[in-house]
Amino acid sequence: MTTASRAGTATGDAGGRPLGPPPARGGLSRLVRDSLVVAKRNLIRMVRIPEVVIFGLIQPIMFVVLFTYVFGGSINIPGAPVGDAQAYREFLMAGIFAQTVTFATAGAGAGIADDMHKGLIDRFRSLPMSRGAVLTGRTLADLVQTALTLVVLAVVAVLIGWRTHENLAEVLAGFALLLLLGYAFSWIGALIGLSVRTPEAATSGGLIWLFPLTFISNAFVPVDGMPAFLQHVAEWNPFSATVAAARELFGNTIDRVPKSVTGAWPMEHPVLASVIWSILIIAVFRTLAVRKYRSATA
Amino acid sequence: MPGAIYAEGLVKTFGDVRALDGVDLDVPEGTVLGMLGPNGAGKTTAVRVLTTLLRPDRGKAEVAGIDVLAHPDKVRRSIGLSGQFAAVDEYLTGRENLTMVGQLYQMSGRDAKRRAAELLERFHLGDAADRTAKTYSGGMRRRLDLAAALVVSPPVMFMDEPTTGLDPRNRQALWDVIQELVAGGTTLLLTTQYLEEADRLAHDICVVDHGKVIARGTSDHLKARTGGERVEVVVHAPEHLTVADEVLRGFAKGEGTVEPHTRKLTIPVAGGAKLLAEVIRELDVRGVEIDDIGLRRPTLDDVFIALTGHAAESADGDGDGGGGGGGGDAGTERTGTTGDGRPASAAGHRKEGVQ
Repeated sequence: MTTASRAGTATGDAGGRPLGPPPARGGLSRLVRDSLVVAKRNLIRMVRIPEVVIFGLIQPIMFVVLFTYVFGGSINIPGAPVGDAQAYREFLMAGIFAQTVTFATAGAGAGIADDMHKGLIDRFRSLPMSRGAVLTGRTLADLVQTALTLVVLAVVAVLIGWRTHENLAEVLAGFALLLLLGYAFSWIGALIGLSVRTPEAATSGGLIWLFPLTFISNAFVPVDGMPAFLQHVAEWNPFSATVAAARELFGNTIDRVPKSVTGAWPMEHPVLASVIWSILIIAVFRTLAVRKYRSATA
Repeated sequence: MPGAIYAEGLVKTFGDVRALDGVDLDVPEGTVLGMLGPNGAGKTTAVRVLTTLLRPDRGKAEVAGIDVLAHPDKVRRSIGLSGQFAAVDEYLTGRENLTMVGQLYQMSGRDAKRRAAELLERFHLGDAADRTAKTYSGGMRRRLDLAAALVVSPPVMFMDEPTTGLDPRNRQALWDVIQELVAGGTTLLLTTQYLEEADRLAHDICVVDHGKVIARGTSDHLKARTGGERVEVVVHAPEHLTVADEVLRGFAKGEGTVEPHTRKLTIPVAGGAKLLAEVIRELDVRGVEIDDIGLRRPTLDDVFIALTGHAAESADGDGDGGGGGGGGDAGTERTGTTGDGRPASAAGHRKEGVQ
């Protein structure tokens, strides 16, 4: 990362002709400013290609409807009466929300692969801008899109009978954790986007592993119906922590039922676990992605 | 004192391919260096190293007096890059594209907007300024890309095949823009596959093949190396070839060539148009009917064939009669270093930048 002192010294001229304006900013403020410039660019694109946002909404809405009406009657929630569709509806939503935010991976990956492909990453890399800004700007724009998707999805969920049972602050905290997870996953997408050759590969590469990840979890069915070894996998799955945390903050859990089947720590402390997992993912994948960006060759 | 662009012993390998195999460059301030070579010669790799996009395995480079490897961020403030593809965001308008680039050059939002407006006018994009780049023609996109490279009026510019894929009219228009720029004192490194382009725009030319600079000098210099002017004759009937050859030998200043399948004879001469008239008279006297005759001064194409043994456009393999003929006198001209490097890196003919 460029330090403030280094950026500050760059006021020299070349052969007597003036250079561009010397950046007066240090590393961090330059990162923030450049990231916002790039985020704005990506948000403008989002507005001009609304299809992306719209298609991004259709799948989660379809999942909400399909799971609720097709599976809803046959999945028993521990502690709830057999065939209680309302209990499943409330159980399900945190899972669908969480799965939806992870789809940001594909968006970020495809967007960055497209920028590589079109030579835009080369242009950005030849500019005196912060090295982390292109990716940070992209992931911030994806965060806005994810938030938008969640709002629409929450409205649909309420319309078909989803209810929260905690105060507004807790409900908002639940959504904040979901957004944090989505933001973390978009950094995984950024790394994928920089590593593949085409936007198409980034889309499928960004989605394919999400299905096992999100299905071997507590998102769609209670973990206690799974084989023992899968129960362990599911309860340690970083994704499950956020689902459990959101469920708890929405008040969509049933009190007398134990939080964990296997006694896994993340299930006993889902909110903390969710925060830790997401921050860990950001730390690891942001580092890897920015390093990859520095040496990226289109 | 080293020039505005200076490189010494640049080496970059991708797997087995030596994309750069010891490249030295020295471009004096305010001049244009045309880097000429076929696809895969290493031109793009050289540009990528000099513009901080790629770290070389070995060697050193300075741009605008700044060490590229030690202070890439400083170098980025002093350069503009216009690549092989028009690197503009097609969903942003021309104005938005340029404003964004200005801001990323660390200009204030207001300065960036003002500069964008200036550049849009200068590049005749004023009317299209608020349309998305998606609606632009190929020529307009290239102009926008070039404008983006000029946002901070950088003292050193790099253009990687700026006119590839443009139609002749747009190419001409872009040449005018580049000439104007150079007249303003910008140092420019321009890569191209078009010999005409290098001839027209560059003060100095370096010919690159297989990651090595195999020749450098002014356009006239390089042409002189392939020998002087030549007379080319195409006879009407194959049976006239022998007589024509006899006639031409009388005028030749060296070894000529005969290509029976095209009925073409070529001889090196000295004496210009006056001599040409004599050749025509003599051929007429001997009853040789000719389809075509001309005095040919060497083009950069000839230079390229002479230096590399193949034409600039077709990268390898198909060294036909013409190429082989040129290659005969090329052997003596060629620097010794290319001889051993060539076979080993034959696999190097791939599109640069794709890996």
